[in-house]
Amino acid sequence: MASALAPSLLDLIGSTPLVELPRLTPKPTVRIFAKLEGQNPTGSIKDRVAKAMIDAAEASGELEPGRRLLEPTSGNTGISLALVAKLRGYPLTCVLPANVTEERRRLLRLYGAGVVDSPPEEGSNGAVRLALELAERDPSLFMPFQYANDANPRAHYEGTGAEIVAALDRVDMLVAGLGTGGTLMGAGQRVRESFPDVVVAAAEPLPGDEVMGLRSLADGYVPPILDVSKLDRKLLVSNEESVAGLRHLLEREGIFGGVSSGAVLHATLRLAEELDEGVVVCVLADGGWKYLSAGFWEADDVDDAMSRSVWW
Amino acid sequence: MAAVRIPPTLRAEVGGVRELEARGATVRAVIEDLAERYPPLGALLLAGGELASHVNVYLGGEDVKTLDGLDTPVYDGETIILLPAMAGG
Repeated sequence: MASALAPSLLDLIGSTPLVELPRLTPKPTVRIFAKLEGQNPTGSIKDRVAKAMIDAAEASGELEPGRRLLEPTSGNTGISLALVAKLRGYPLTCVLPANVTEERRRLLRLYGAGVVDSPPEEGSNGAVRLALELAERDPSLFMPFQYANDANPRAHYEGTGAEIVAALDRVDMLVAGLGTGGTLMGAGQRVRESFPDVVVAAAEPLPGDEVMGLRSLADGYVPPILDVSKLDRKLLVSNEESVAGLRHLLEREGIFGGVSSGAVLHATLRLAEELDEGVVVCVLADGGWKYLSAGFWEADDVDDAMSRSVWW
Repeated sequence: MAAVRIPPTLRAEVGGVRELEARGATVRAVIEDLAERYPPLGALLLAGGELASHVNVYLGGEDVKTLDGLDTPVYDGETIILLPAMAGG
């Protein structure tokens, strides 16, 4: 079968499977399908975004051969960029909150990326702030900047969303995690074009006090690509609820998901309760591998185990 | 009465507490009640009578922007959570 031969790992990004979750749906008339983005080459949905951003920058001529890339990330985008950068010949530095799990930091180093720590108490917003400062100071760096790069939602419009509408003849609800807004904006728009009444719903984390930023409210950061008016629902999910969700996924359906996948499942089940019948698609951004060192899997006090780290 | 959870960035404006009780039949009324009692907090939350763009307000775990905004009704005993907008990825 010729299609089984890929010229490069980058050609295996996307076209992820959709699997039904019959043991988790609250009622048999509501069918829930999970899009397993952990099956991308580096194990997360961000492979789509990293490849799209580099493709776009090469096509526009902005990114000259061998130029150093800089990107703020809580982990996944950095790891995906590290793969693309390695195969395309760019050095990469990632700005990462100092308190992410060790797996993320190690994977970046193994792929050959440099890591700059941002202050742990500032969470992901602190990584954004520091990366913007570094890029400003050193114009030789090229920052794809997932938070403001149109190639991010476009990757989900042309990939994630298009794959969902090709696979299903009905979608009543689309649920995904909110980080940059790329999945929800891009896939949301594509699914809405085919199914105008779809409810596009975001699950977002309630971070621990220790990573919420301690300086001022002006540290709040809304990614330029995110237009909240395009969301129909936006649910806050606590660390305990996220962990309950990922334990559920593993115990009931055998799906080993990451923290945001647990949050997305929690939001999906809450919203599915509101439907009498229909089709719900939830996007599970990564697998649990990069969080194995974290203490929450078997912890009784999940909140205490999670409050000091950045999870997505 | 609604319980309002205060994020670390705003606790200095309210004497260091994590949670306050506030009165009001809508989200707007609750925030105005807080703003009256803690003017520096009000100045941070509201810009020209609307929510500042870097602040998220949740009622019952849902962002009021995808409910009825500041006009969303608040019932006795509900919890409002204030958070700075946070990005991820």
